[in-house]
Amino acid sequence: MQKIKELLNDRILVLDGAMGTMIQRYNLEEADFRKGWFEDHPDSLKGNNDILVLTRPDVIKEIHAAYLEAGADIIETNTFGGTTIAQADYHLEDVVYDINYHGAKIAKEICETFTAKNPDKPRFVAGSMGPTTKLASMSPDVNNPGFRNTSFEELKNAFRTQAEGLIDGGADLLLVETVTDTLNAKAALFAIDEVCEAKGITIPIMVSGTITDASGRTLSGQTTEAFLISVQHANLLSIGLNCALGADALRPYLQVLNQKAPFFVSAHPNAGLPNEMGEYDESPEMMGEQINTFLKEGLVNIIGGCCGTTPEHIKVIAELAAVYSKQKNEQ
Amino acid sequence: MSLHPDYTGKYEYKWHDLPFMKLSGLEPLVVTPESNFINIGERTNVAGSRKFLRLIKEEQYDEALSVARDQVEGGAQIIDINMDDGLIDGKEAMNNFLNLIAAEPDISRVPIMIDSSKWEIIEAGLQCAQGKCVVNSISLKEGEEKFIEEAKLIKRYGAAVVVMAFDTDGQADSYERRVEICKRSYDILVDTVGFPAQDIIFDPNVFPVATGMDEHKLNALDFFQATRWIRENLPGAHVSGGISNVSFSFRGNNVVREAMHSAFLYHGINEGLDMGIVNPSMLEIYDDIPKDLLDHVEDVLLNRRENATERLLAFAETVSGDGKVKVVNLAWRDEPLQDRITHALVKGIADYIEEDVEAARHVVNAPIEVIEGHLMRGMNVVGDLFGAGKMFLPQVVKSARVMKKAVAYLLPYIEATKADNRSKGKVLLATVKGDVHDIGKNIVGVVLGCNNYDIIDLGVMVPANKILETAKAEQVDIIGLSGLITPSLDEMVHVAKEMEIDGMNIPLLIGGATTSKVHTAVKIDQNYTKGQTVYVPDASRSVTVVSELLSEEKNKFTSAVKDEYEIVRNNYNKKKAFKTYLNLADARKNKLKIDWKAEDLQEPKLKGTKLFDDYSIEELRNYIDWTPFFHTWELRAKYPQILEDPAMGIEAKKLFRDANQMLDQIIAEKWLTAKAVFGIWPANSVNDDDIAIYKDDNRDEILHVQHAMRQQLKKSAKASNLCVSDFIAPRETELKDYIGGFVVTAGLGIEKKLAEYEADHDDYHSILLKALADRLAEAFAERLHELVRTDYWGYETKPYTQEDLIKEKYRGIRPAPGYPANPDHTEKPGLFDILNATELTGVSLTESMAMLPTASVSGWYFAHPESRYFGVGKVQMDQVERLAKAKDIPLEDMQRWLSSNLAD
Repeated sequence: MQKIKELLNDRILVLDGAMGTMIQRYNLEEADFRKGWFEDHPDSLKGNNDILVLTRPDVIKEIHAAYLEAGADIIETNTFGGTTIAQADYHLEDVVYDINYHGAKIAKEICETFTAKNPDKPRFVAGSMGPTTKLASMSPDVNNPGFRNTSFEELKNAFRTQAEGLIDGGADLLLVETVTDTLNAKAALFAIDEVCEAKGITIPIMVSGTITDASGRTLSGQTTEAFLISVQHANLLSIGLNCALGADALRPYLQVLNQKAPFFVSAHPNAGLPNEMGEYDESPEMMGEQINTFLKEGLVNIIGGCCGTTPEHIKVIAELAAVYSKQKNEQ
Repeated sequence: MSLHPDYTGKYEYKWHDLPFMKLSGLEPLVVTPESNFINIGERTNVAGSRKFLRLIKEEQYDEALSVARDQVEGGAQIIDINMDDGLIDGKEAMNNFLNLIAAEPDISRVPIMIDSSKWEIIEAGLQCAQGKCVVNSISLKEGEEKFIEEAKLIKRYGAAVVVMAFDTDGQADSYERRVEICKRSYDILVDTVGFPAQDIIFDPNVFPVATGMDEHKLNALDFFQATRWIRENLPGAHVSGGISNVSFSFRGNNVVREAMHSAFLYHGINEGLDMGIVNPSMLEIYDDIPKDLLDHVEDVLLNRRENATERLLAFAETVSGDGKVKVVNLAWRDEPLQDRITHALVKGIADYIEEDVEAARHVVNAPIEVIEGHLMRGMNVVGDLFGAGKMFLPQVVKSARVMKKAVAYLLPYIEATKADNRSKGKVLLATVKGDVHDIGKNIVGVVLGCNNYDIIDLGVMVPANKILETAKAEQVDIIGLSGLITPSLDEMVHVAKEMEIDGMNIPLLIGGATTSKVHTAVKIDQNYTKGQTVYVPDASRSVTVVSELLSEEKNKFTSAVKDEYEIVRNNYNKKKAFKTYLNLADARKNKLKIDWKAEDLQEPKLKGTKLFDDYSIEELRNYIDWTPFFHTWELRAKYPQILEDPAMGIEAKKLFRDANQMLDQIIAEKWLTAKAVFGIWPANSVNDDDIAIYKDDNRDEILHVQHAMRQQLKKSAKASNLCVSDFIAPRETELKDYIGGFVVTAGLGIEKKLAEYEADHDDYHSILLKALADRLAEAFAERLHELVRTDYWGYETKPYTQEDLIKEKYRGIRPAPGYPANPDHTEKPGLFDILNATELTGVSLTESMAMLPTASVSGWYFAHPESRYFGVGKVQMDQVERLAKAKDIPLEDMQRWLSSNLAD
């Protein structure tokens, strides 16, 4: 914790970009998703990206390396959907620990290689914890608003297994991200706290929420500040926003966090909004221009990309971050 | 002023190094020292509400939700939810109800207080709420181990906690036990559990009073004192309580209960109680509690007399029953119209407002004036009471509803007066983020609407991006921002910057109570270069500003504004550069040093006070200074030249004739009575800035101490930093000096005549009468000063002409408290006291220190030849602190009284 905190005091750290966008470039087939682990699994597994850390670790490593090469200080493990709840769709609840453990392990290995090459720029692994596929404070049935298809208890247990795998695999920090329902995030934070207590350790935690529309609220209806207050009890490394909106639209909410949060602030926006083809087409330069305004305003301490961003985007972002880190140091 | 012997004054928050308590539902609730008092809704409680229990038991969740919704709409800032009942499955009920609430944004916007004595129910609640809740409650009742375990879990769930003053020996029922248990609980929570101190709320047990049992006598007083101790000694901790418990003995007698709750809150808040579970409909406004009832209630709460309980019980008999209340309640219907409207707004009574507004509509020229006049005056009273902590948020919400109903009634009439229906332009209005005050903005909306502008009103708490997006989407012509509280100023700057970044160029209007031309020019205008920013001081001005901005002449107007703001900025910067202030000690060193000589100090002929019970108005008539009279009518020229003025002469003459006719009537028919009381006493200045007024010439018994204010602006070499005390010989000179004081009025009896004019819808004569009464009061003050100088004090013999009087050429001054030479309004009550002025003259002081009748003048007499009028001007915080301390007024109150004198 100390080390990354100290670093954040004198520079802007760069998070990596999208994983899914990069995996698409490999045109992987069903066989790639089964290789060595699930040859006989009854369900189709194509599209279950998280298990690639087991079946095609070479691909994931290559993507991590591309982001590190582009200048990322922190890379996210490929474990966004690595919970029993998300893996239940594929009947792969049993390998959740393995996904997280190996996901962290391969990321750690490649980070260590890069750190060894350039010790002045240490690299970190953030264990990615997505929101799962269920919501704790909203009903999936409009006609029955009191109904829930999951519970705090179920979520907490799912996140617990994920956190254990990530920590055991060597994650340097945990990233509870794309928070659409704050109660899910609170269950994750509760689980992490339990794991840390059991292991007698502390680990830096980043929380990143998602503002779903221009009303400035999370999917579950909270304002940015209410969201911050709801997770503030966990002693976070950073709080931030990711996904859903492009960099431009995130700005007013990052201002709120920057003003109100007693933590560092992170952002990893999408490369704009999906076009009519469902593709993110904001060029690295376009995105860089918007991120430039964040940095100029001093809004963020950790900056990266979400859906649609590539190592090319991260390279532009890293260059900008370096400029502002330098200014920060000269002040 | 504190009920705790170890402390003085109103509790003042002192843990500034700790973060504030922050809670959340869908929206944040930050508890700051300025939050006044956080109301926690109590009705979603099966243990406290039979109706709610029935709804939950019968699973009538829709209706149960509306109980919750009503509370939030009624002003509850947190809702307490309790499902502790033997006949229901509390865990399941909590789970179900909270899940349902989560689907109702108008309820779940506020934080939830999960209330249960069972841990499993509390935990079930914590697992269903995404926001930061409050757990109510845990305690040391079952020992330390369980307490620690629960506290740790609450911390992990991320909630705040209410801690009951309860341990293994039982509930704390004395001051000492409350203090002991709270201290112990606090230490465990903070030191052992690592619980955030600001998230701890103590409930030091509100127990019933007036139970007839001796050991219950101190129940309220102990609570108040324990509250104070906790707030002073346990850093960051808050105090809450279930307020309705205190009046348990008076179930069935709502008059007494409501009075008791309000008195309890008033004293509790004074000692630092900052939240509480209350039923807003069971609260009387503190100032409206009949004095005799309040005395009896406070005797009990504060244990002020031996037989307080018996006396209250006996008294309660006479006010019991709702029937009586209704009779009392309707008496206000006989008051004058403005009083009725003010009453309805203050009390939140909507029943008669349409009737009253209809009446008001007939006494004004245009329906809009009812809003700008009658209704605004009423809302100002509400604002003052709220500011003074004498009204609570739920009551203010009710007031706002009455206001809305009144406005809704008037709207069709206002629409009907529109000249034509073609829209002249589109104006977007918003109260900026962080601010909820919208009355001013709404009035601007109505006024502009009447003038055929299309209004897009985004409401309150509107973030910058929403303003910008809407402005673009709707292609508005002008954006208007409003705000009442000071942080809104920064938010307006922010909006302006965002408009700049966005490349907008439409005009930006700035309005609201804290805004100013200077702020607009210095802080906003320059941040928005592509469009023009304009400060709009009031609603009526908005029409001209908007029409200028949308006219052909726009550029002429904006360049005039630009020039003006440039000057304002230059002046501001110049002033800022030049104005430096001395600290109070240095200012005192530079006081006016009079060479004190006995011959300059005249022993007065009158010592003590004298009353003029019915002074001749005929005589006063000759002392009237007519120039200000014409100013009242916006005829701005000097009398008597004005009567011959080419432009105004004709109107001025007419007015002068009408005024004199009315004066004839006033005198002949004795419409008005003029009274005065004045006095002269031995006095010496002490401690530089104070004036000790003595009972007699022995000068050993102090009658009153006047605390005066001293100039602190750094002066040029020869000028002194003045204070009125400089004009009185210091005690150490051992010279016998004196001071005088007076209160005069010429407004007694005016209401009757005004009411007649009002009934006739005769504004002209009503204003004329008020203006004349004001002039007569001033004339009386002038005449009385003359009598004092020549006869009662007797230091002057020279006769003066009328013109000399107006030019104040005579020796000695008569500065009024609250005016430039001593701007501190809180000096008035002392003057009134030593003159016994209210009893003798019928002039009373409102809580904002205004004199009633308004046609009254008061002040002090200084006789030294060197005494002169001056303005204290801006002062520094050290002087405010000194006055607060000397006068035993809480610093924040003193600051409020002197806010316009405090240099920034």
